Amino acid sequence: MATTVETRKAKVNDVGLAKADYKGGPSTLCAGCGHNSISSQIVNAAYELSIRPHEIIKLSGIGCSSKSPAYFLGKSHGFNSLHGRMPSVATGALVANRSLKGIGVSGDGDTASIGMGQFVHLVRRNLPMVYVIENNGVYGLTKGQFSATADHEQTLKYAGTNPFMPVDLCMEALTANCGFVARSFAGDPKQVTELIKAAFSFDGTAVLDIISPCVTFNDRDESTKSYSWGREHQDPLHDVTYVPRYEEIQVDYEPGETTIVRLHDGSALMLKKLDEEYDPTDRSAAIQLLDEARANQVLATGLIYFNSDQASLQDSEQMIKRPLSELTPDELRPSQESLQEVLEGFK
Amino acid sequence: MTENSTRAKALVNDFSMVVATVNGSGSQTSNLALVRALFRMGIPVSGKNLFPSNIQGLPTWYTIRASGDGHTARRESVEILVAMNVTTFTEDHAGISEGGACFYADHLPKPQARAGIVYYPMPIKDLVKEVSPPKDLKEYVANMAYVGIVSEMLGIDLEAVRGALMTHFHDREKPVELNMGMIRLAAEWAKQNLEKQDPYRVEADNKTKGKILIEGNTAGALGAIYGGVSFASWYPITPASSFADAVRQYLPQLRKENGKNTYAVIQAEDELSAIGMAIGAGWAGARSMTSTSGPGISLMAEFVGLAFFAEIPIVIWDVQRMGPSTGLPTRTSQGDVMFVRYLGHGDTKNVILLPGSVAECFEFGWRAFDVAERLQSPVFVLSDLDLGMNLWMSDPFDYPDEPMDRGKVLTAEQLEEIGEFARYRDVDGDGIAYRTLPGNEHPLAPWFVRGTGHNEHAEYSERPDDWERNMERLMRKADSARDLIPAPVLSGSGEARVGLIYYGSTESAVREACDRLTEQLELDTLRLRAVPFNSDVKQFIEDHEVLCVLEMNTDGQMHKLLQLEVPERATRLRSLTQNNGLPLTARWIAESLVDLVGG
Repeated sequence: MATTVETRKAKVNDVGLAKADYKGGPSTLCAGCGHNSISSQIVNAAYELSIRPHEIIKLSGIGCSSKSPAYFLGKSHGFNSLHGRMPSVATGALVANRSLKGIGVSGDGDTASIGMGQFVHLVRRNLPMVYVIENNGVYGLTKGQFSATADHEQTLKYAGTNPFMPVDLCMEALTANCGFVARSFAGDPKQVTELIKAAFSFDGTAVLDIISPCVTFNDRDESTKSYSWGREHQDPLHDVTYVPRYEEIQVDYEPGETTIVRLHDGSALMLKKLDEEYDPTDRSAAIQLLDEARANQVLATGLIYFNSDQASLQDSEQMIKRPLSELTPDELRPSQESLQEVLEGFK
Repeated sequence: MTENSTRAKALVNDFSMVVATVNGSGSQTSNLALVRALFRMGIPVSGKNLFPSNIQGLPTWYTIRASGDGHTARRESVEILVAMNVTTFTEDHAGISEGGACFYADHLPKPQARAGIVYYPMPIKDLVKEVSPPKDLKEYVANMAYVGIVSEMLGIDLEAVRGALMTHFHDREKPVELNMGMIRLAAEWAKQNLEKQDPYRVEADNKTKGKILIEGNTAGALGAIYGGVSFASWYPITPASSFADAVRQYLPQLRKENGKNTYAVIQAEDELSAIGMAIGAGWAGARSMTSTSGPGISLMAEFVGLAFFAEIPIVIWDVQRMGPSTGLPTRTSQGDVMFVRYLGHGDTKNVILLPGSVAECFEFGWRAFDVAERLQSPVFVLSDLDLGMNLWMSDPFDYPDEPMDRGKVLTAEQLEEIGEFARYRDVDGDGIAYRTLPGNEHPLAPWFVRGTGHNEHAEYSERPDDWERNMERLMRKADSARDLIPAPVLSGSGEARVGLIYYGSTESAVREACDRLTEQLELDTLRLRAVPFNSDVKQFIEDHEVLCVLEMNTDGQMHKLLQLEVPERATRLRSLTQNNGLPLTARWIAESLVDLVGG
């Protein structure tokens, strides 16, 4: 009788990959950095969605946040670009190959200062990609200067007191007509994962402004970008659950208690009401929410605004579905006869 | 002057005409009609627009040169003036060459007449009244009046004018007939009322048979299309906008698949974004380009350094205008050579292609992609405003005679076979490593593009040996470029004492200058068509006792690049430059050369 050997098989997803297949190199960020937690949630999201790593491209700009793509999805192609310029590189890459899914990781310096122009225009063109801002209100790599999202009148050891009002990146995304605007907190990994999964399924620019504390330069209790402040002041708009496509949504909920948001690929985001009624498809309500959250010093998290009716950039450009990189020389170079015809017009 | 003496001195198919108008008045259609009509009559011709950086109201001049000898560069003399602009009339009038003709709108106050100039008043307002065109077209039609009068007085065939308008209006009869009505009326008026007294006239010839008349920007855009461009991003800037316009005009009819585009052309929010997009697309495997001018190049500096260092293929088409700074946005120059060669902080060396004609704009349009993908590097094409925005005569362009070179790209199957992959390893010894494209599913394929220091595996590295090895390879690659790019064009016996080195749009003026100098100065010439230089350039410098580098910038930028390349001969290289916004003329070149090197 043959001996049965028990081997513990690694848990795999629908495409037969283990979570380890989605990991990246070891992080060189500070221990406890919010960014590391977000990297883990990106790994979880991609694994749970069963996306093959080569079908994703990961991009970033410059800064602590922008280093992080080296620490997740090690088997994906990636591009660590220039400070504030990741949106343009992502645009070129994803237009050239629209079969790829894009995830960009940026920071508050990378997006709200040097990259504000490119951010707004990315959103305006509605390039399908997940755009994550790891927002900590401070420049870490250069040792603690205020960023444009830093709190008004906040005092930091290195930078002194900040006399300026913060930029609200969700508000910026909204005014640029973004169809998927979310805010989350690195200290709420479940919500981060569910929102990233939904963002991957959205056929347009999905902006996630994630408060991601900098444990070295900006984690004091009074900072709105600290862990303790986030934990105390987070006020989720709803309980967020991503429901994969083809899976029937089977939940027992009271009508009016849960909102279902349908994503382009057939999946959905289920938003279970918590305290108050909130309709993420109401743009005016979204703007009001952001204003009130700031005034009341509340970290309102969840899906702030949703609109799936806008055409993606590639569709606006009436492009073929096939990657342009797959075009053969014959498909790229028009015929000799066509050249003669064109030149006739110049005789 | 009697009719007989005029006839005896008739000067056929050899004049330069300046039409002075007000910007935004629609005179471009009229001027193009005259140029194309001469072209249709078989007379070699060129048209240059000297325009202000302005939408409406400032003076603009259009120069038409007819040359039976086939010379189409700018020339200083103005034999015929068509004065339609009151503000410049006095100055324009003073510029007419001795014995020239002055056509002028008769409602303009005429400057004091000069002896030896023939004056033709044109009753533009009365003629327009007679045609009574729709109010919004009045100004356009008024400009057609001078087309009719000038045609009659020079002998330009009205059927040729009509053909020219048919080309302009894409065979739409209605606008053509509206304009022809004015032209015929004005021609008839001139026939009845003006007496031919100047010696300039045209006669049909056969020197343009089979040829085309085209702007360099359009030629370059077509070249890019026949090079398989699949991604182009750009930001509006004079004088490069018409390049992107032409790409957008011709792609839809040439690159569709089931009604969908097999390309994308995106107007970016600025030049930073334009080149960023092009780099993203180049990384993802598209034939990718951007087109711009000097100020745009300034903004692109950081990204060019990234593309050079991360080794991403892109084509950057630079239609040079006068700098520094905003400079003269509507005037020509060759002032970006040095900047572009070393664009990027740290040690960057960029490849530059230098088209010297519209035919080369087309050729380098497609070839630039082959070079960029072979080298995995940014490739600049330096055109200029004169070449890019003005009309040049050319033989029809040759269809690309080489198969597309997509460079060293490894597929998943190839990776499987090889069993290993290091993105920045110099496998072949030419400094050019192999790359894989995003989407390649082989586990070995992914690599992380970065502008930071990296080892052979594209991993972040601060190790001194990794840095040095990588830079040495990049310099080796820069050397490999020499034989992958267009070789210079040599002409002359090879035995002359004096060697002239030049490049780009000065080609036509240099050829004309050489013709002028045949008796006076024996010259060998070398026209550079790319940087870095190949061995022919070094040889040419070694073979000539006296060398002169001619260019349109103040500092002698190419002269300096050549001095760096051949330091042992540096003092032998002399610099000859003119940089005032105007294209060089053969006369200036010939005289300056004789002054510099002796007759």
